[in-house]
Amino acid sequence: MNACWRDGGIMDFISILSIFVMACFVGYYVVWSVTPALHTPLMAVTNAISSVIVVGALIASAAAGSPTAKWLGLIAVALASVNIFGGFAVTARMLAMYKKKER
Amino acid sequence: MEHAAPPAWVMLAYLISGVFFILALRGLSSPATSQRGNRFGMAGMLIAVVTTLVTHDVASLPEILGAIAIGGGIGWVTARKIAMTDMPQLVAAFHSLVGMAAVLVAAAAFLNPEAFGINGADGLINPVSRVEMGLGIAIGAITFSGSVIAFLKLAGKMSGAPILLPLRHVINLGTLAAILGLIAYFTIDQSPWIFWTITALAFLIGFLLIIPIGGADMPVVVSMLNSYSGWAAAAMGFTLHNTAMIITGALVGSSGAILSYIMCKAMNRSFISVIAGGFGAEAAATGGAAKEQRPWKRGSAEDAAYMMQQAESVIIVPGYGMAVAQAQHILREMADVLKKQGVSVKYAIHPVAGRMPGHMNVLLAEAQVPYDEVFELEDINSEFAQTDVAFIIGANDVVNPAAKTDKTSPIYGMPVFDVDKAKTVFFIKRSMGGVGYAGVDNDVFYMDQTMMLLADAKKMCEDIVKALGSGH
Repeated sequence: MNACWRDGGIMDFISILSIFVMACFVGYYVVWSVTPALHTPLMAVTNAISSVIVVGALIASAAAGSPTAKWLGLIAVALASVNIFGGFAVTARMLAMYKKKER
Repeated sequence: MEHAAPPAWVMLAYLISGVFFILALRGLSSPATSQRGNRFGMAGMLIAVVTTLVTHDVASLPEILGAIAIGGGIGWVTARKIAMTDMPQLVAAFHSLVGMAAVLVAAAAFLNPEAFGINGADGLINPVSRVEMGLGIAIGAITFSGSVIAFLKLAGKMSGAPILLPLRHVINLGTLAAILGLIAYFTIDQSPWIFWTITALAFLIGFLLIIPIGGADMPVVVSMLNSYSGWAAAAMGFTLHNTAMIITGALVGSSGAILSYIMCKAMNRSFISVIAGGFGAEAAATGGAAKEQRPWKRGSAEDAAYMMQQAESVIIVPGYGMAVAQAQHILREMADVLKKQGVSVKYAIHPVAGRMPGHMNVLLAEAQVPYDEVFELEDINSEFAQTDVAFIIGANDVVNPAAKTDKTSPIYGMPVFDVDKAKTVFFIKRSMGGVGYAGVDNDVFYMDQTMMLLADAKKMCEDIVKALGSGH
């Protein structure tokens, strides 16, 4: 067959899959514990953190070998950055508005 | 060529980054801890970015920093300027960017697999990686085109009415099957045409999936696209063997899925019927039907002011009409005056009161309503029976008792506020003509204890505040 199925490649895949499955469970319980009042900030912040895809974009833009891939990577870095800065900033702006009753 | 495992500290750094993202969401369990949570999120992102930069040979650092500066600047300025009422379209726009970024990363990985360490010994891309890339680019493309349509509909740049193509279910299912089939075939044959066809079909299906969905269902759609953007990130995380991306993808994917479920339940819609689309088309058709003439009472600002001053407790039920009229600030002033006069004031929020999950809470928070005066449907609904005044402003369907009693009503089964149990009901509405989003008449208008306050919501609240002041 090929490399992935040799040399414990399948084990690699299984261990990553395990992390994914566990993270789904963590996500399920953590998200249910989010108060409904904060569901809009939740969407804004999940938006920001899903831009961790910037890691892939950085790898693509840092690598030599394919100029096209590099430029695609750079564009992806820019798009993800809009989300990272915009997402965290707008979440912070919203959260700062939530105030308790003054007593 | 075998991919060398990265040093242990790098794997740990990505793991910490993933854990920080979990803590970011965990912080949102209460407004008191939420800001710290957000800072955990930022720290997690910083760790992920810095780790990637220092462990890769970055020949093009100036270009990368330039790209971050351009994108970051646009994002930051947008986040500062955006009005809170425009939050749904902003979130939709942000989703589309995550989707596009996933597409670009998957494309770059396909063009330069060596940089991503996904080549097998035979010089071809690993079959497992091909599946992950195929899924990544497909979900990313669906997220992108779907979010663009959702953005256009939410921003009012495109009609919110569903666009129903003939045979759309056949076309959609066929396209989905073709995408999955091509991804499977891609493991045998990594020809570029397969990869690009998957991409093109995925862009198309994202577009086709969202155009038949009406404006009323947009809260579900935005949540669903939130979920997709997470799965896209997770798929790319598998390709890159990156823990931070996988954890994040799973978190965001679950988050969007749970929010979609909550929204569907709040509207008593099944997820399938939302996806199938068309809701709003039939409502628009029945909305024009002749309405019976029943007697109703008209109240004035003075009546409302007097009754609320005399009341022990007032529950305000805001709907999106309040935000459209920009009445939230004056509403809060009204509540402040009442509280000073010893009246207990609470706000009751329906999950679909805004245009996205939790939207109404943000709008009230912006108007400086303390969050501990704001209650969710299930927490406050039993209190209406002991409440002197229910004050409905800009809401309609969420207080319609037909949802409980009339099996033929389009909103039957939807959880609603029991405002009919309150001693007195004030209902602010522009006129008796218009009906709610679902286009159904509301029995609350005609109840003995109901007084209709027919005016613009902002104007009416201003008049009530004036009347409250003069009566003192």
